[in-house]
Amino acid sequence: MSSAARPQSEECYVRIAGVSKRFGDFMAVDEVSLDVRRGEIFCLLGGSGSGKTTLLRMLAGFETPSAGTIHIDGQDMSAVPPYQRPVNMMFQSYALFPHMTVEKNVAFGLEQENLDRTQIRRRVGEMLEIVKMGAFTARKPHQLSGGQRQRVALARALVKRPKLLLLDEPLAALDRKLREHTQFELLNIQKQLGVTFMVVTHDQEEAMTLATRMGVMNHGKIVQVGTPTDIYESPATRFVADFIGSVNLFEGEVLEGMPAGVRSSELGAVTPVARGVAVTSGATAWVALRPEKIRIGKAPPQADEPGVRGRVTEVAYLGDLSVYLVRIESGRVLRVTRPNVIRAPEDRIAGGEEVYLSWHASSALVLTQ
Amino acid sequence: MRSPGIVPRTALVCGLIFLYVPILSLIVFSFNNSRLVTVWDAARSPTLRWYGELLANAQILGAAGLSIRIAAISACGAVVLGTLAGVTLARFGPFRGRTLLLGMTTAPLVMPEVITGLSLLLLFVALEQVIGWPRGRGMLTITLAHVTFSMAYVTVVVQSRLAGFDESLEEAAMDLGARPLKVFLRITLPLIAPALLSGWLLAFTLSWDDLVISQFVAGPGSSTLPMVIFSKVRLGVSPDVNALATLMVLLVSTGIAVASVWMRFQSRRRARDLQLAAAANV
Amino acid sequence: MSGSPGKRIVAGVPSLWLLALFAIPFLIVLKISFSEVRLAMPPYSPLLENGRLQPHLSNYAFLFTDPLYVRSLLYSLKVAAVSTLLCILIGYPMAYAIARSGATARNALLMMIVLPFWTSFLLRVYAWMGLLKNDGVINNVLMYLGLIHRPLVLLNTDFAVYIGIVYSYLPFMILPLYANLEKHDVTLLEAAADLGAHPFAVFRRITLPLSLPGIAAGSLLVFIPAVGEYIIPSLLGRSDQLMIGRVLSDEFFENRDWPVASAVAILMLLLLVVPIMLLQRVERRTLEAAK
Repeated sequence: MSSAARPQSEECYVRIAGVSKRFGDFMAVDEVSLDVRRGEIFCLLGGSGSGKTTLLRMLAGFETPSAGTIHIDGQDMSAVPPYQRPVNMMFQSYALFPHMTVEKNVAFGLEQENLDRTQIRRRVGEMLEIVKMGAFTARKPHQLSGGQRQRVALARALVKRPKLLLLDEPLAALDRKLREHTQFELLNIQKQLGVTFMVVTHDQEEAMTLATRMGVMNHGKIVQVGTPTDIYESPATRFVADFIGSVNLFEGEVLEGMPAGVRSSELGAVTPVARGVAVTSGATAWVALRPEKIRIGKAPPQADEPGVRGRVTEVAYLGDLSVYLVRIESGRVLRVTRPNVIRAPEDRIAGGEEVYLSWHASSALVLTQ
Repeated sequence: MRSPGIVPRTALVCGLIFLYVPILSLIVFSFNNSRLVTVWDAARSPTLRWYGELLANAQILGAAGLSIRIAAISACGAVVLGTLAGVTLARFGPFRGRTLLLGMTTAPLVMPEVITGLSLLLLFVALEQVIGWPRGRGMLTITLAHVTFSMAYVTVVVQSRLAGFDESLEEAAMDLGARPLKVFLRITLPLIAPALLSGWLLAFTLSWDDLVISQFVAGPGSSTLPMVIFSKVRLGVSPDVNALATLMVLLVSTGIAVASVWMRFQSRRRARDLQLAAAANV
Repeated sequence: MSGSPGKRIVAGVPSLWLLALFAIPFLIVLKISFSEVRLAMPPYSPLLENGRLQPHLSNYAFLFTDPLYVRSLLYSLKVAAVSTLLCILIGYPMAYAIARSGATARNALLMMIVLPFWTSFLLRVYAWMGLLKNDGVINNVLMYLGLIHRPLVLLNTDFAVYIGIVYSYLPFMILPLYANLEKHDVTLLEAAADLGAHPFAVFRRITLPLSLPGIAAGSLLVFIPAVGEYIIPSLLGRSDQLMIGRVLSDEFFENRDWPVASAVAILMLLLLVVPIMLLQRVERRTLEAAK
């Protein structure tokens, strides 16, 4: 590690460079490159088969990359077996040792470091207090509930003060109420200890809540990396736009101009292309419009705002918001959501009614992929 | 589960009767005061006479002692070798020679004992010719032979236990810094211990009960219990053998009863713990 | 990580042991089957005499010219096959009944099936001597009931051998069958019944085909050792027609003809090699299907 490299490793704590993993003919991970910064929570989001778990296991050392390198804090991990890596993992099934008590489970990792008993006991006690499991030291895993087991698994992984903590679907096994509560607890603990987290999940809400930055994976490739806001508001591809939240997509053609625009016959208007997006004149492009960005109302909109007319086909009342399916002139059905701000709104919209949809010019996004 | 039809259920009952009537007849006639064993002598039965004769029979007691010693030693050997083989087959992935090892650990399960017995004896004879060891045949050769065929059974038990074993536990231990040997000793071994115990008991029973292979590889002065029994019963039934059989059935049944009570107790305790944990709030 | 010294020891120790005490002995048997019997210790001629290979095919020739051996072999195959069939007919309904029982009943029943296995094989075969002999239990009961007036000859017959083999090997048929049947998804069968299938049709077209691997495994686990059985034909079997296991043993112990005994063993092995490989294939398939 030369001093010239140090400012970089300060920034990028984990460097994954061109990593691929092949199982026979199947390419589970396809040339993934990623930098994780120290102290951040990085979430890998993807469906099943996207390669996210394989990538995680390569970081932990349970799989060796078919190509590419992994560096953690400047150190090349290629020849390093899992028991020598400064990485610890919280398994999806928690993997608590059933024949050991909570205390012995958490102490296990420290015992491998040959620390003395008093030091081990102290650190175990501290960590169990942090995860609020101090009262359960003598219990065995089968005597704990799911949430309690998860906290023990977390304590066991954190007590060794790893440079990187890997979390495999940490909240998947918990029920709804518990999940929200645990999400914020995780954030607290991470802030308190300053450990770099890498979370793998298929749940968007989990990723958006936890991540300082996130990466979307599909078919073994990283499709986009950014903050949750970036990913949501500025998706790079149709896949990302559709994978996170929901979106209405319109196909259209690129028109030249200053700025260039995309004309979609369905929308009627020409959507301007944002600065920095590279387009080729005449090529196909798509306009993405998120449901919550569309204003729905019975009165015609302002003249200078883009919009269409349509008829409501379905209304779903979800409590905090309502979902409207609106058929527009071209025959397409758009999905529009609106928060129920007032308890009994005067302009309550029912199925079958004619409505006007409009949106702010900047809400429509042009996607070239 | 849907209940079985009348045909299977009748077959099951008849089958169980078929399985147990011979054993019961052994037990009943062990108390019959008649050398003809199966002709009930109502006037002078039941009696413990044959048990007395059995326990005073030095030849039988000596053979029993030898059989127990051989069985205990070979069971230990079989467990060690069988565990090594089971771990290799279950955890080491494909390697050159794996099919051979797999074949060598499954063939003994079905190989007729006359063939294994003959081949082992010829091996020992050839070895003695070439290197002078083993000297003659006796307890050592019998034990070596028993270890060889018992380890196949232990391998199957260990292999299937490891196949159902949650690998993430071993991965978690490695992730926490433990080297593979330590993972095996502190995580895997304690958790497969029940399988190892049943493998030991299986190997012990197989060795204790073996006749054919022992006949081939035994030497003068090393007669195992089955060998003594066989030479007796070839000539016809003998009531002290009934007494011996009864004692063995008693022993085995007690063992199984204790084991099942113990397991029932464990699972009840576990269920109670789970209930308590679920009831407690997070 | 292949090739690490620890792994080599773990894999190597059992492999070497088995090579030395299981595989190599077969080669020795093969070699001696080509020797001639000698009045010496050991009682066979060495393969290399005066520095030249001297295989004698006389043993094999003898086996094929003297009808005793071929007859024994065929007889053994017949007995093993019939016994296997009987085991299927008796064991299948039993395994089926256990698999369809409730959980607690199942455990108790399995234990009852397995318990006899833990008591001595020899003693259980001996028990049948007491039942089948002329003044044995069965004859006594039948005469007492007045159903017969002279004792039936049951011992030392083919019938006795069939009973002995079925009795001893029944658990080896029931357990793999049970393991297979237990995995059948009952909802499949209920769906079939819901679609109008008669219970027997459900059995014939769904349960039976799915249980074929279990039948195959159980059959091979009974057939292969039954061919070479020694104890059962010795205590219960005929003296005028021997099974091949007894022939081998007699050749060895009575005639002190080690080379012929070895040749018999090689013949048995050749006969059984195909069933043994079949069994390994069935077991491998079952293991893969379970994954």
